[in-house]
Amino acid sequence: MHVWINGERRELSAGAGLLDALGVLGAPRTGVAVAVDGEVVPRADWPSTRLTDGARIEVLTAVQGG
Amino acid sequence: MTGYNDEPLVIGGRKIASRLIMGTGGAGNLEILERALVASGTSLTTVAMRRIDAATGTGVLDLLRRLGIEVLPNTAGCRTAAEALLTARLAREALETDLVKLEVIADERTLLPDPIELLDAAEQLVDDGFTVLPYTNDDPVLARKLEQAGCAAVMPLGSPIGTGLGIRNPHNIEMIVAQSGVPVVLDAGIGTASEAAEAMELGCDAVLLATAVTRAGDPERMAHAMRLAVEAGRAAHGAGRIPRRYWAQASSPDPDA
Repeated sequence: MHVWINGERRELSAGAGLLDALGVLGAPRTGVAVAVDGEVVPRADWPSTRLTDGARIEVLTAVQGG
Repeated sequence: MTGYNDEPLVIGGRKIASRLIMGTGGAGNLEILERALVASGTSLTTVAMRRIDAATGTGVLDLLRRLGIEVLPNTAGCRTAAEALLTARLAREALETDLVKLEVIADERTLLPDPIELLDAAEQLVDDGFTVLPYTNDDPVLARKLEQAGCAAVMPLGSPIGTGLGIRNPHNIEMIVAQSGVPVVLDAGIGTASEAAEAMELGCDAVLLATAVTRAGDPERMAHAMRLAVEAGRAAHGAGRIPRRYWAQASSPDPDA
C-alpha cells in the first residue's frame, strides 16, 4: 500500500503501522508529534496504530521561529 | 532587578524569571542563537512547529533544553482556528507543554492577527486545557475578550511582525494594560532597545521579540541591550515618572531667593 509521509508518497507493506512509517522517515522518537489524517496520535498509541492505504502522516518537530 | 522587590512575572501559574521572552526565528545558525539567548537572560523562548527534516532534526529543542530555557511553541503560519488547534495539539504532544503562543494570521502581507479566528481558537484551546498566550492586535476590546475567554496573558503587537517600527499606538497599549487582569506582553514590532524600554514604561509585564535581536548586526550585543532595556523600563515604570510640563521648571535654587 502507499501512504503520504510529510507530503511524500511512500510504499509500505500491507498492514504496516505508524512505527513503520516513522522508521522510513528516520525520525527521532522524542521531540516529535504525529498526526494521521489530521488527528493527533498520542505517543502511547503509536505502537498500536495501523495505517490504511492512502493515509496522510505528518511528523512535526520544533524549529526556529517566532 | 534585585533590591527593588520586583514581583516575579507569573503566567498561568508559572513563574517566569525573565521579563524578556525571546523568539528563535531569524538567527543565522544555532551558535549565533545560543550566544544571543544567553546574553538576553531569557527563561522562556518560542519555537515553531514544522515537518521534521532529517538534516536539522531537533536541534533548536536540544539547545533550549541544554540552556534550561522553557519552550513556548507557537502556531505561526496558521490562518484558521482549526489549523491553530491542530498545531497546538501537535506541539503539546511533541514538547510536553500546555503553553502555546497562539498566532492566527490574516494574510502574508501584514501578518496581522485575524481577530475572529483568533478568539475562536483561544476559546477552544482554553477548553482543551491549554495555557493560551494569544498574539493579538493592539485592540483593547479584543484583548478584553481574549482575557474573558480564559487566556493566561494577552500579547498585543507594537507594530507588524518583523517591521521594527516600534510601538505605533502607545495609548492603546496603555489602555490594554489599564484594564487587563492578566499579564500583558508586548509582542512584535520592537526594533531597538528604547522601544523595549518604552513597552515596559507603558506598563507591559514583559516583551517578546525575535527579529530585533536575531537580525541585528551583532545579535549577542543587541540581546544584551534588550535585557538592560526591559529591566530599565520595568524599573522606571515602578519608580513612577514625573508629570510632563509645558514650561521649564528649574531644578537648581533660584539665585534671587
